[in-house]
Amino acid sequence: MAVTGLLLVGFLYVHMIGNLKIFFGEETFDHYAHWLRSIGTPLLPEAWYLYIQRGVLTVAVVGHIVAATILARRARLARPVKYAHRPKVQGSYAARTMRWGGVIVLLFVIYHILDLTTLTLNPHGVHGEVYRNVAEDFAPGRWYVTLFYTLSIVAVGLHLRHGLFSAARTLGQQSPRSAVVVRAAALVLSVTLVVGYLSVPFAVLVGLVD
Amino acid sequence: MADFWNDGDAIVDTAAPEGPIENRWEKRKFSAKLVNPANRRKLTVIVVGTGLAGGSAAATLAEAGYHVKSYCYQDSPRRAHSIAAQGGINAAKNYRNDGDSIYRLFYDTVKGGDFRARESNVYRLASVSVNIIDQCVAQGVPFAREYGGLLDNRSFGGTQVSRTFYARGQTGQQLLLGAYQAMERQIGLGNIEMNARHEMLELIIVEGKARGIVVRDMVTGEITTEMADAVVLASGGYGNVFFLSTNAKGCNVTASWRAHRKGALFANPCYTQIHPTCIPESGTHQSKLTLMSESLRNDGRVWVPKDAADCQKPAADIPEEDRDYYLERIYPSFGNLVPRDIASRAAKNVCDEGRGVGPGGLGVYLDFADAIKRLGKKAVEAKYGNLFEMYQRITGEDPYAVPMRIYPAVHYTMGGLWVDYDLQSTIPGLFVVGEANFSDHGANRLGASALMQGLGDGYFVLPTTLGNYLASGPYEKISEDHEEVVAARNEVESRIKRLLEIDGDRTVDSFHRELGHIMWEYCGMERTEEGLTKAIGLIRSLKEEFWQRVKVPGTGEQLNQNLEKAGRVADFFELGELMCIDALHRRESCGGHFRAESQTPDGEALRHDDEFSYVAAWEYATGESGKPTLHKEPLEFEYVHPSTRSYK
Amino acid sequence: MDIQVRVWRQSGPTDTGRMVSYDVKDISPDASFLEMLDVLNEKLILDGDDPIAFDHDCREGICGACSMVIDGTAHGPEKATTTCQLHMRHFKQGDTIDVEPWRAAAFPVIKDLVVDRTAFDQIIQAGGYITAPTGAAPEAHATPVPKADADLAFEAATCIGCGACVAACPNGSAMLFTAAKVAHLGLMPQGQPERDTRVIDMLQAQDDAGFGGCTNMGECSQVCPKGIPLTLIGRLNSDYRKAVRKQL
Repeated sequence: MAVTGLLLVGFLYVHMIGNLKIFFGEETFDHYAHWLRSIGTPLLPEAWYLYIQRGVLTVAVVGHIVAATILARRARLARPVKYAHRPKVQGSYAARTMRWGGVIVLLFVIYHILDLTTLTLNPHGVHGEVYRNVAEDFAPGRWYVTLFYTLSIVAVGLHLRHGLFSAARTLGQQSPRSAVVVRAAALVLSVTLVVGYLSVPFAVLVGLVD
Repeated sequence: MADFWNDGDAIVDTAAPEGPIENRWEKRKFSAKLVNPANRRKLTVIVVGTGLAGGSAAATLAEAGYHVKSYCYQDSPRRAHSIAAQGGINAAKNYRNDGDSIYRLFYDTVKGGDFRARESNVYRLASVSVNIIDQCVAQGVPFAREYGGLLDNRSFGGTQVSRTFYARGQTGQQLLLGAYQAMERQIGLGNIEMNARHEMLELIIVEGKARGIVVRDMVTGEITTEMADAVVLASGGYGNVFFLSTNAKGCNVTASWRAHRKGALFANPCYTQIHPTCIPESGTHQSKLTLMSESLRNDGRVWVPKDAADCQKPAADIPEEDRDYYLERIYPSFGNLVPRDIASRAAKNVCDEGRGVGPGGLGVYLDFADAIKRLGKKAVEAKYGNLFEMYQRITGEDPYAVPMRIYPAVHYTMGGLWVDYDLQSTIPGLFVVGEANFSDHGANRLGASALMQGLGDGYFVLPTTLGNYLASGPYEKISEDHEEVVAARNEVESRIKRLLEIDGDRTVDSFHRELGHIMWEYCGMERTEEGLTKAIGLIRSLKEEFWQRVKVPGTGEQLNQNLEKAGRVADFFELGELMCIDALHRRESCGGHFRAESQTPDGEALRHDDEFSYVAAWEYATGESGKPTLHKEPLEFEYVHPSTRSYK
Repeated sequence: MDIQVRVWRQSGPTDTGRMVSYDVKDISPDASFLEMLDVLNEKLILDGDDPIAFDHDCREGICGACSMVIDGTAHGPEKATTTCQLHMRHFKQGDTIDVEPWRAAAFPVIKDLVVDRTAFDQIIQAGGYITAPTGAAPEAHATPVPKADADLAFEAATCIGCGACVAACPNGSAMLFTAAKVAHLGLMPQGQPERDTRVIDMLQAQDDAGFGGCTNMGECSQVCPKGIPLTLIGRLNSDYRKAVRKQL
């Protein structure tokens, strides 16, 4: 869980930085998108790097889900009879919502790919015109898309808040002092990510990007 | 008065070696027969109980190659009540270079036991004490350490040397877990067959030798007979005869008592240690008493109001001049640090005068106001914080603001099954270790010595002496159809049936509570001929009532906690009676036994060495007379000459 | 005070079990939770009902026998407190209190509130020890142990093996229990020779016993009556990673 999770977090950050390029204008953003397809050339044929990365990410996602499923299944088997009095949460809510949060994130990722990668569900839907695809997508009339996007990103944030700490723990973080640092870092990184991602649709919404 | 017992022949400890005391254990080890390692697998040893003595014995015997079958009533061997010991464990390491030695530990223990222990045994205990610490450290017991990484020591229970090793206030827990882990390792290797939630209900004797036990599986109720070449009892003390004690709720005398009924002599049953610093009863619901470390008396001052009329007032409203710091008044040189028995009795005396505080007037104040003023709250917190917390959790009172209330409670029983130097009872093949035997503490046990004795017996003494017995084995295999085996089994089954069939109108606990009251009142801190005689009568009639009116719900074929309790309480009645008889016969005061008739003009314990310098070993009342028979084992003091304790 | 308790009643391992309500009257606020159940049981016995079975022994918070989930929290509402040390003064007149057993597949119910915790012993059997046959020990001062290590080892070693961590864990994991023992022994120089095999074997035993996996939620440490810190799980993970790497 920890290794695949950290890999995905790494991607999320790079992806977020890329997203923020939208604030530099249509041309820059489209150029950036085009550049992505050319990474690795001429050593690799055009877009190969992107496919390799997608392959790696897919493996990570599948690995993450498989591990989570095994854990969830084990947890279910480990407690065949539920408590009659629902236990109150003593630890963190973020930790308690990892599984449902994960499912929401997965559903979002599928939608997101159909929306902005394959453009199947995108209202503009022209390959190469990335800026327009995004701007049309989050147009004020499509507020429900923005709402779903926002909820999903918040879910990602919560997922990361516990996920980052948990990954550190799983990889051996053990001193009480560094636990404070790790928890704080997890919080800062999650909040940064949420703010970074949400800045785009809200910029579209308020007309900063159009 | 002698109507209560018969006099029997004197007994001698035939296993005890002679010669200079420091050579006796070496001599015994050398003279003990050895068992060929290849033969050990064929020898089975039953160990009942998994506390410090039983756990360490089972692990060590299994390591040596014997096949061990272990039994405990708890759900795991890790829960034996040794786990609750707080203070520490003594060892004559002399790491402090303060003049300690094996001889001094030996001397202190004999003297502390008020000259009612065997010198040879005590010397051996003192000499193996150093090995115990080595052993425990090797197992990873996290003893307290100093900054240099070496073991820390403290002075405990009023000794003048620092020889007590400790792990904060949880020494018993840490030592027990060490033994438990060693045991679990052997269980994993298949050398110990562990039977938790099993209770021994009878001893099986075939041709004069202990050959097995009858046990009840407490989950299924199944009764089985378990055979072996030797049986070791490590089933602990019998303080629960008082109902309220610091023992765990499950602690009982049944294993020992069943062996006693089958012929093992029971020695010095009246020696009971009463601990002065326990949290008092809060009401009729009280199910047990909690001990707080004696170290509290180092800084706390004990007092009660001078005038009984002040007892209902809040402590803060009683001015200094109306307080009686009675320990400091009566014992100016030792003050609040007098030994356990003296502090306990003094508390009882002031409460008997009607000057006790708290519910029922059964409590005295232990006040830290002066210590807080002198050292600051911070320093007091650093020293006693965890104890204060525990007190507050139980009583709901803040000891930083109001004085603690304390009262004595039964804590440890020095008596137990009689054993010889080899720790073998009067039944060949039946060995008894730890608190269950009577041997090493005499009439009073010193602080931090119980852990030492339990582990000394289990790790070092028993494995040697038991080997000597087993060297004559393997003994002939006994079939489960053997008439003695069948008889023992039938006895257990019919007793259970009888208990279930009474179906009366009183609960087991109500009887136990009443028995406890009788014992506490008449066989507690102060005993008189009149009181003891009365108690014997009361116990007899209560026992009779028990067998007519007790109500045990449920069946024998299931987990039935009331059935378990009923069997134990039935044995406590018989034990209680014997304790009173023993206390009645010993017309002297010594250690944990104070006879009001035998005191100095200023109220201190008065021993009669000329008459009572012996171990009283009782034979179960089997004859027509219905009276137990007293066998005396004379005690000789070649090294430590009897003197009178004085703490004035 | 008068209260109502709703207690899990299950006559045996094969019974499905159910919550049953009982009124308990005139309970002193100074009574412990177990003493309250004692009073109830006395009444049940005299009324001809089956008393409630529950594990308990020392009643001073150290043996680890008592094991009840009270209103959804293992050992009840007070922090760092075992059920036997929980007092009725923490409840109010008229409260309804739910009492359930530890619920975990690895801790099957024997009767009512009594569960079988042999699985914990099995985890210890797999490696929760230092091999030190009696008599083979070197002089105690031969190996000094830094005070900080000894203190932390002690803190880990105070685990009473009650199983509250498992009861509270949404995954039904025993990780805190295992981690405490791995840390205690792994911090001592005496524990080094078996450090690698210990962590691997104990984790295997834990999985084999049917406990769930750890996802670092931290519920365990919150209910632990001895306050065993969650950080020890990180220690275990680190030890495990190193041990596995050495095996490769």
